[in-house]
Amino acid sequence: MSVCTLQINERDVAVPTGTTLLEAARQASIPIPTLCFLEGLSAVAACRLCLVEVRGADGREEPRLLAACVTTAAEGMRVQTHTPRLQDIRRTVIELLFTEGNHVCAICVANGHCELQNLAVEVGMDHSRLPYRFPERHVDLSHAQFGLDHNRCILCTRCVRVCDEVEGAHVWDVGWRGEHCQIISGLGEPWGAVEACTHCGKCVDVCPTGALFHKADTSEEKHSHPERLQALVHARSHQEWSP
Amino acid sequence: MDPATDANQPTRRTITIDPVTRIEGHAKISIHLDAAGAVDTARFHVTEYRGFEKFCEGRPFTEMAGITARICGICPVSHLLAAAATGDKILAVQIPPAAEKLRRLMNLAQITQSHALSFFHLSSPDFLLGWDSDPEKRNIFGLIAANPELARSGIRLRQFGQGVIEALGGRKIHAAWAVPGGVRSPLSPETRDQIRQGLPEAFAIAEQGLTLFKHLLDHQLGEELEVFGQFPSLFMGLVSRDGTWEHSSGRNCGGIRVMASDGALVADGLKEDDYASFLAEAVEPWSYLKFPYIKALGPEAGSYRVGPLARLNLCERIGTERADRELLELRQRGGRVVTASFLYHLARLIEILACLEQMEQLLDDPELTATHVRARASVNCHEAVGVSEAPRGTLLHHYRVDANGLIERVNLIIATGQNNGAMNRTITQIARHYLDGQHLSEALLNRVEAGIRCFDPCLSCSTHAAGQMPLQVQLFSADGELLQQRRRD
Repeated sequence: MSVCTLQINERDVAVPTGTTLLEAARQASIPIPTLCFLEGLSAVAACRLCLVEVRGADGREEPRLLAACVTTAAEGMRVQTHTPRLQDIRRTVIELLFTEGNHVCAICVANGHCELQNLAVEVGMDHSRLPYRFPERHVDLSHAQFGLDHNRCILCTRCVRVCDEVEGAHVWDVGWRGEHCQIISGLGEPWGAVEACTHCGKCVDVCPTGALFHKADTSEEKHSHPERLQALVHARSHQEWSP
Repeated sequence: MDPATDANQPTRRTITIDPVTRIEGHAKISIHLDAAGAVDTARFHVTEYRGFEKFCEGRPFTEMAGITARICGICPVSHLLAAAATGDKILAVQIPPAAEKLRRLMNLAQITQSHALSFFHLSSPDFLLGWDSDPEKRNIFGLIAANPELARSGIRLRQFGQGVIEALGGRKIHAAWAVPGGVRSPLSPETRDQIRQGLPEAFAIAEQGLTLFKHLLDHQLGEELEVFGQFPSLFMGLVSRDGTWEHSSGRNCGGIRVMASDGALVADGLKEDDYASFLAEAVEPWSYLKFPYIKALGPEAGSYRVGPLARLNLCERIGTERADRELLELRQRGGRVVTASFLYHLARLIEILACLEQMEQLLDDPELTATHVRARASVNCHEAVGVSEAPRGTLLHHYRVDANGLIERVNLIIATGQNNGAMNRTITQIARHYLDGQHLSEALLNRVEAGIRCFDPCLSCSTHAAGQMPLQVQLFSADGELLQQRRRD
């Protein structure tokens, strides 16, 4: 196994070739915030929260902003994960997510267990510097067991990926463009009308906010369970099925 | 006749409540004089608009408890319970007995803490320090300086009620614990025992408040009894199946009762589901707060009062020993049906005692700690009405949902609204008695403020915990000229 060495926050780190910067940082116990990334699913670099400053890649000395979840570590890279510029970017990203949708934490099913809410605390978002858009969005309760509230969806596409990559049903996709962009089930049908859905609930388990939930959930009752997906992925890849 | 709608009047008689003049949390009052310079009418304007009924549309009905609880930080439990009761009906389930008892326990705690706030924190400074004492000191802080023991007692009693709410729901305010189908978590025997430990002190404080207030009534508050909203009217509220005092819907609830001032039953056993058949709401252009009335009797004769005094008037008895003794004394003081609004204060203290006694009984019930507390179902009914007795009176939630459970329409009938007519009559009575010529005196302002506070409207709670009620009072002549205006923040 070939190894490459790089610096993260002035610390020398050696990782196997092909490791992403996010994995390298985590192996070195250097936390980088993520939202769309979820271990066990493919990485799409949609949220831009894991942006880091990289010098020394391809011989370039000026800092480049690269998404750590999809950037492969290379020999001689010098990576900064928490500069003031990065911290401002992350706060701005979170503010954009909050102002772009309708996130009312106080009454949300995921209040207290929400990754977006936790990140807002982590990046110090005590208010938004951007105006709220208050878009008109709807709630789909047509499924017998689950609900989808587009107001709370941040388009991380974890549900799209888990349904496609792990369940193999591909119920979810991303429809429309720009400000009209939203998660769609089937070909834009109500969720309850999509025959491909196996009712497995993996999409609900991996949703980082209260966008996907069990219909009986009331405020604060929704808990995500990404570990269920990760256990399944691990079992399949290692053929280890016993607990 | 409303000057704003009278085409024959000159334009200068128009009173306009413009959005610009909205004063959030302020009571705006206008007093209108007749041609002889005497008070014709006084109006309590509610100029805030919050829009809950509108923005709930499109939301899952399971969120209604969480959303509507946010209407108020003083009595969120009332909306929580009314919303949960409505949700039970949408699921079409009978909730587990333990859940019903736990909800009752929370409502008793809620009534206790809210009444304690109303009496000790907000109203007692008026009685104890004097209507005309320095407004800077006529508040809870003045009371702490003048009578620290009483102030401490009030705070402790409220703390007890809040503590019970926290023990059940996980936090004191906006505990989203009651849900469609029951409650989220059972009560452990250990927590039950902790609640029980607080009861002796709470009883002592309630008795202390009663002794104090009855002494004041006997010695110095005679005029207030006659002037602060003393008039005949209907009373409305829940009673239990056997006619005793009731505060929650559930297996023992006998429905809504309406009683006249002479004790005649106007209606009994009314179901909340049928409220639209017996209640109507009048709208006045000068207030966002509607005026509910008994439909069959019309807006004037059908005007009614709700809340502690109404509940005590409506019941045959309370059903617990100490509270029944106090109820008997109340009726000796004010008649079988008490019509003096000033006695809302006494009714609150009696209800605190009743709540504590009922809590004591509930805590002895072994079923209270059962662990099956939630029934689960999907949408089985598309329209439902839930009812609960909030500290301030009867609270109705009415939802219509689509096939999937998304809210299509919401109607909330809140206690303060139902006392709207009575509050207007009360301040008219006070203005007639205390208006000195055409001058708005401090004494008048103090008494108008206290008259409104008899009903403990949400307004006073939400804006007034630490001081005097922000007020704007306007005096109009018969031809609509603004004679004087006083405002204090």
